[in-house]
Amino acid sequence: MDVIIGLEVHVQLNKLKTKMFCPCSIDYHGDEPNTHVCPICLGMPGAMPVLNKEAVKAGIKVALALNAEVQPFMVFDRKNYFYPDLPKGFQISQYDHPLAWGGYLTIETDEGEKKITLKRIHMEEDPGKLSYKGSITTAKYSLIDYNRSGVPLLEIVTEPVMNSPKEARLFLNKLRIILEYLDVFDGNLEGAMRVDANVSVKGGGRVEIKNISSFKGVEKALTYEITRQKNLIRMGRTVKRETRHFDEANNITVSLRSKEEEQDYRYFPEPDLVPIYAEELIEEVKQILPEMPEEKRERFKKQYGLSDSFAKVLVMDIKMANYFEDVAKVVNPKLAASWIVDVLRGELNYRSKDFTFAYEKLKPEEMAKLLNYFENGDITEKGVVEVIRTKLDKGGNVDKIIESKGLFAIPKEEIERLCIEIIEKNKKAVEDYYAGKKQALNFLVGQVMKATRGRADPGETAKIMRIILDKK
Amino acid sequence: MITIDEWKERLESEKCYDLVCEIYDRIEKSKLNAYITLCKDLALKEAEKYDKGQKSGKLAGIPIAIKDCISTKGIRTTCGSKMLENYIPPFDAHVIENLKREGAIIIGKTNMDEFAMGTTTETSYFGVVRNPYDLSRVAGGSSGGSGACLGGDEAVLALGSDTGGSIRCPASFCGVVGLKPTYGLVSRYGLIPYANSLEQIGPMACSVKDLALLLEIIAGKDERDSTNAGREFKFEYCSKKFKVGIVKEMGGNEEVNSRFEEAVEIIKNMGFEVGEVSMPSFKYALAAYYIIATGEASSNLARYDGVRYGFALEELDSWTKYFSKVRSLGFGEEVKRRIMLGTYALSAGYYGKYYLKALKVRTLVKRDFESALAKYDLLISPTMPALPFKIGELADPLTMYKMDVNTVPINLAGIPALSLPAGFIKSLPVGIQIMGNYFEESKILSFAMDLEKVFKEVF
Ligand SMILES: [Zn+2]
Repeated sequence: MDVIIGLEVHVQLNKLKTKMFCPCSIDYHGDEPNTHVCPICLGMPGAMPVLNKEAVKAGIKVALALNAEVQPFMVFDRKNYFYPDLPKGFQISQYDHPLAWGGYLTIETDEGEKKITLKRIHMEEDPGKLSYKGSITTAKYSLIDYNRSGVPLLEIVTEPVMNSPKEARLFLNKLRIILEYLDVFDGNLEGAMRVDANVSVKGGGRVEIKNISSFKGVEKALTYEITRQKNLIRMGRTVKRETRHFDEANNITVSLRSKEEEQDYRYFPEPDLVPIYAEELIEEVKQILPEMPEEKRERFKKQYGLSDSFAKVLVMDIKMANYFEDVAKVVNPKLAASWIVDVLRGELNYRSKDFTFAYEKLKPEEMAKLLNYFENGDITEKGVVEVIRTKLDKGGNVDKIIESKGLFAIPKEEIERLCIEIIEKNKKAVEDYYAGKKQALNFLVGQVMKATRGRADPGETAKIMRIILDKK
Repeated sequence: MITIDEWKERLESEKCYDLVCEIYDRIEKSKLNAYITLCKDLALKEAEKYDKGQKSGKLAGIPIAIKDCISTKGIRTTCGSKMLENYIPPFDAHVIENLKREGAIIIGKTNMDEFAMGTTTETSYFGVVRNPYDLSRVAGGSSGGSGACLGGDEAVLALGSDTGGSIRCPASFCGVVGLKPTYGLVSRYGLIPYANSLEQIGPMACSVKDLALLLEIIAGKDERDSTNAGREFKFEYCSKKFKVGIVKEMGGNEEVNSRFEEAVEIIKNMGFEVGEVSMPSFKYALAAYYIIATGEASSNLARYDGVRYGFALEELDSWTKYFSKVRSLGFGEEVKRRIMLGTYALSAGYYGKYYLKALKVRTLVKRDFESALAKYDLLISPTMPALPFKIGELADPLTMYKMDVNTVPINLAGIPALSLPAGFIKSLPVGIQIMGNYFEESKILSFAMDLEKVFKEVF
């Protein structure tokens, strides 16, 4: 293979209530800086870490879902380095006794399914966050917000098995889906997932790109970096082993330090924490492990008779899958699936919203009611779309929207009556029709539509009109 | 030296306020330099409360001195360092909470070697502590102030911390009793760490009885320290004639050894069965101790970068230059030496050679103690290999490190050990060390109580 990529993904377990080693709340987004802090996460002298057991449980959940071997014996270590956002001068992490070894995750590439194998998964604490007044280059000093300090993190390290930026993106998307299934992660929160990527091109040294803070960033950074390395090789120059930084604003990578300057983290066991014997905890977590995307996909096909393509899309987002099941309780599941996947998902995307928004604005019961009307022929396809849009944008009651917009479909008998009436009134058009002019039919149908102010279903009306004319 | 009983007797006829004032008068005239920070206003207010009958608890109205590496809410806690010269903790250590609950009156924060790194309290940023029996000599370290204040009648009780002998050494040099508890018996929450896996906060007092009471109060369950054993301590006197082992590898110079031999004779005469044990691992113990302790210290002290608290520079610079300058100006020589040693020992390529080896030695030391304590109830040795040194006498760091030879194996193993005064040699105090099995402080204290009576008469 030409290109080899490995990822180190830092995932905030941001659905937990408290930090990794102190009782501070991690629900700090949007709050004043340095308001979710205590002596422990500020690294004050004499304060000691106390392990948040829920974080270990969440870690075990993720490791099990990623098919990794969860370790019954885990140790926390100190990773020593100086950085202003690191209050203790070391980060509590795991070194030779991590949460889990191995594991894998399957992605679907253009060439088919591909297994992305994992090296290890370990737990650690997030450092604080630096911010700058103005920009990083012009600010005279940096400010530090320790609200993030001590947030539980998982570091998921893949083997170097990806061969394109696109595969890296697919891996991250799949990982995000799984993490959200486990209810330990909210990918929408700022800083929820940060990635270090290792990339090498045949004939060159391995380059690490540090701290890419968005999904899109990963693909962009890798694409840039591969082009850069290939160009160097083409020009006969060497690609040296180094660490680079991704400049998100300019979409380029810049050199940070060479291999010789690599840090020595001087890992050693954290003496203020005791080792974890996790056997019981692992068993406990196994009992509460939720259904994962692949299982759900199979179940949707079996239980609801959905096609594979609908099932596959539905399970990509746990919230969408849940929404579907709520609607499918009441209406024909196949109908529900196609409306949710083909219409509602698009309408939400268009508004940059997800199914959390749908749960708020168009509850599954309301969606079900709407689809029932449609199935009974009480409302047209166009009408359904109209109601969905109105609900998402303005809210309101489904029946009232249909009523006020006059969206209830016209009964068949009424359309037949109108067709006869229109034929009577438009002799010329009828003659044209018999003379073989196709547009004449369109004109006649248009007259019915006009009379019903668009409430009649045009396809249905055309069918009825033709039957009546042909009978004559 | 003032015992709790003596203090209480005076309280029956005198005002606590006046007695505490008397202590402060003595401190203000003192040449010992035992305290870094005094909290006179606070202490006098507490004394007044006692006089009004508003204080209760086992230590109501008793003055206590606290080593300056133990966090006290609202009271400056310097750790003997310029780095924390102006640091006022926002929280109390677990032991301080307990003392307050029992009504103790905190007199002040005692002088110590910078970050507890030393055997003489000469590395303190706040000046050397002098020995109450000879002002030209050291009081021992690192809890030198806590030892000296008791020897000089400047407190009735004191807390120290012991990483490799830091309670027992000053206890021995100042003629008082000091105990390093079993690792995990006393919560370390609020103790500013030097070497977390080795150290314990411990009691210092003028009698074994007082020591036992203070231990009862500071020991106990605390979930904020994950290494806490979650056990309470209640002293139970036991009059049993214990089997006592002399540790062959622990000794001292001629003067010390001859006093120790006299003590052994007395112990035998008291009816205790005495034997000898050998601990082959001890020849590596000192080296292992310094690798583990400095390794942990190099990491513990990384947080002092001049950003959040303590010593900071007016002039700003790039981050790397700034924190480097803060650290080179804020730390003393000995602290910097140990940070360098520890950093080296943990570095890639040396970790296996030094740190992992040291951990292996630690296991061997533990085993040696376990097998010795399977045969004997208690073990004994001289506490320090020499009498209190002249100030400045131990200029060479290695010679100083060697003075910890009898005390560090105890911290490596995590067992409890007590230093008991065994009279004087040439008017200088000398101490013997009593070691016991994990959580068997009651045995050690009972034996020490028996010896205390006899030693006072004989020596
Ligand atoms: Zn906190």
